[in-house]
Amino acid sequence: MSRLRAEHVELAYDQRTIVRDLDVTIPDQSFTVIVGANGCGKSTLLRGLARMLTPRAGAVLLDGQQIRSLPSKEVARRLGLLPQGPIAPDGITVSDLVGRGRYPHQGLLRQWSPNDELAVTDAMTATGITELADRYVDELSGGQRQRVWLAMALAQQTPIMLLDEPTTFLDIAHQIDVLDLCRDLHERGGRTLILVLHDLNHACRYATHLIAMRQGRIIAEGGPGEIVTAELVEQVFGLRCRIITDPESGTPLVVPAVRRPGGAHPDGISPDGGSYVR
Amino acid sequence: MTGGPIGAIRARPVHTRILGSRRSGLSVRVHTRSCLVAGVLVALILVVSAVILTTGDYPISLRDAIPAIVGRGNGAAQFIVTTLRLPRLLTGLLVGVALGVGGAVFQSLSRNPLGSPDIVGFDTGAATGALLVILVLHGTMFQIAAGSVLGGVATALLVYLLAVRRGVQGYRLILVGIGAAAMLSSVNSYLLTRADITDAQTAAVWLTGSLNGRGWEHVRPVAIALAVLLPLACLLGRELRMLELGDDTARALGVRAERTRLASVVVGVGLTAIATASAGPIAFVALAAPQIARRLTAVPGPNVLPSALVGALVLSASDLAAQRAFAPTQLPVGVATGVIGGVYLVWLLARQWRRGHG
Repeated sequence: MSRLRAEHVELAYDQRTIVRDLDVTIPDQSFTVIVGANGCGKSTLLRGLARMLTPRAGAVLLDGQQIRSLPSKEVARRLGLLPQGPIAPDGITVSDLVGRGRYPHQGLLRQWSPNDELAVTDAMTATGITELADRYVDELSGGQRQRVWLAMALAQQTPIMLLDEPTTFLDIAHQIDVLDLCRDLHERGGRTLILVLHDLNHACRYATHLIAMRQGRIIAEGGPGEIVTAELVEQVFGLRCRIITDPESGTPLVVPAVRRPGGAHPDGISPDGGSYVR
Repeated sequence: MTGGPIGAIRARPVHTRILGSRRSGLSVRVHTRSCLVAGVLVALILVVSAVILTTGDYPISLRDAIPAIVGRGNGAAQFIVTTLRLPRLLTGLLVGVALGVGGAVFQSLSRNPLGSPDIVGFDTGAATGALLVILVLHGTMFQIAAGSVLGGVATALLVYLLAVRRGVQGYRLILVGIGAAAMLSSVNSYLLTRADITDAQTAAVWLTGSLNGRGWEHVRPVAIALAVLLPLACLLGRELRMLELGDDTARALGVRAERTRLASVVVGVGLTAIATASAGPIAFVALAAPQIARRLTAVPGPNVLPSALVGALVLSASDLAAQRAFAPTQLPVGVATGVIGGVYLVWLLARQWRRGHG
């Protein structure tokens, strides 16, 4: 039995329906990555799973219960979300921000306990930001800031973590840095991680479970090695490509086709004699 | 709390002490610097209060004044302290608290220092309400106060309804508020031009905000309102701190965003309205107090109690200055708050911008 799943959900913003009648089950302790073209509904699905968006129909179930019927703090102890572009208040220090991840574990009388202190210290150690504890968040680099947000989500100590495009606005080295960190968190803590990623190659390299979406529907899911084919990429992104094996990780690597100036090359025939899917 | 040397390993990542016991399940994190700041503010408030009670046209020694406060003074000292000076002082302190906290709540909600009630039109709306009562109905002081509360609440409601759209965005609230303030202030000007001279003078003093002639009948309503609203504001402070991370992050952490926002608006409007009803639309305290408090404690978030103390200090110090600086003429306190609060805020901002923290 999977802890987090959605049954026949319909997700919409105002009048615009993005996701219709969608079923999805997130395998426990998986590193799930949702991919798809811009506007395919992948972030919407993530927001739905994280109860940021109430489904117009159907239900999101956490541990078999309707997520909407559970107290918000109770959910926040089991499921964490790092949204896209979170806001750091002016003049907040790193340790203060990370400490706010403890909110769902605190109450009116129990505002700060040794457990909170430990969770914050652990989260900062795991993300390698212990030295930054007293710095102001607004004076950090983008990569450091993303680590701080990850630490905050980590301090929340939830078995399920959802991250909405955690690598946007980072350069390639910091993208890999953040993803490596996510993999560490996944492998060490036995957590379920659900990420939305733009980069299909990153998704293939890190995911244990891949969900490919198009126009609000899931068109394939499974291990990257099993489902990623040139046909799928063409279907999902409308991109002609070849799939080779990543020499570093052995996972599928998407190599986009070269578009010759002055028009397409003869249909289906690649320059080196291999065949593209059309 | 400026950033420590990078690379220094610290045993404890937060500058705090934890109080409480494991068995009772009660534990509170105490921010050392905030406590220090609060202590200093309380001391300064006591000093200002002592000066207000003992100086003036009839100087009274502290040794005579203190028994008078508890009702055991002798003759003249007793009368001057309990009838003239103490109620005015208390009104000033309580109104300062209400303005400081009201400002803190709204600035936190709008995530913007300009989101304070005096900028987004509540004060202008309160003034419109009061002017209508003064000039059209020729009402009593009590009716004027009621009119100002109605005007302020109606404006707040209107601004909030116009600004709300899947959660209030700071800039929307401020822009709608400034628009409303502009419209209402032309209404106010129009009302004033049509008034006769004595009415206009009453109105002008009221519009600046004044503590002149405040008695116990003014202290009581503010005290009762604060007894209810201040604890609520403190409770909401925890959630407001979280909302400053953005709606999504706060909700992901288990904050009920919409409920917190609505409750905060009600508390903030209540505090601002009662302050305005007691002393008129005093400028700048609601804007400056939370900002000053925040820079003193160096902690982000609404800083409810420090804002309350700064509000009380700024308002009482301003009233002292307004009473004494041009004696025997007593200026309305609103004239002084602008100068005192303004100068201090500008100094703080200039100093911090130079260091790189706005």
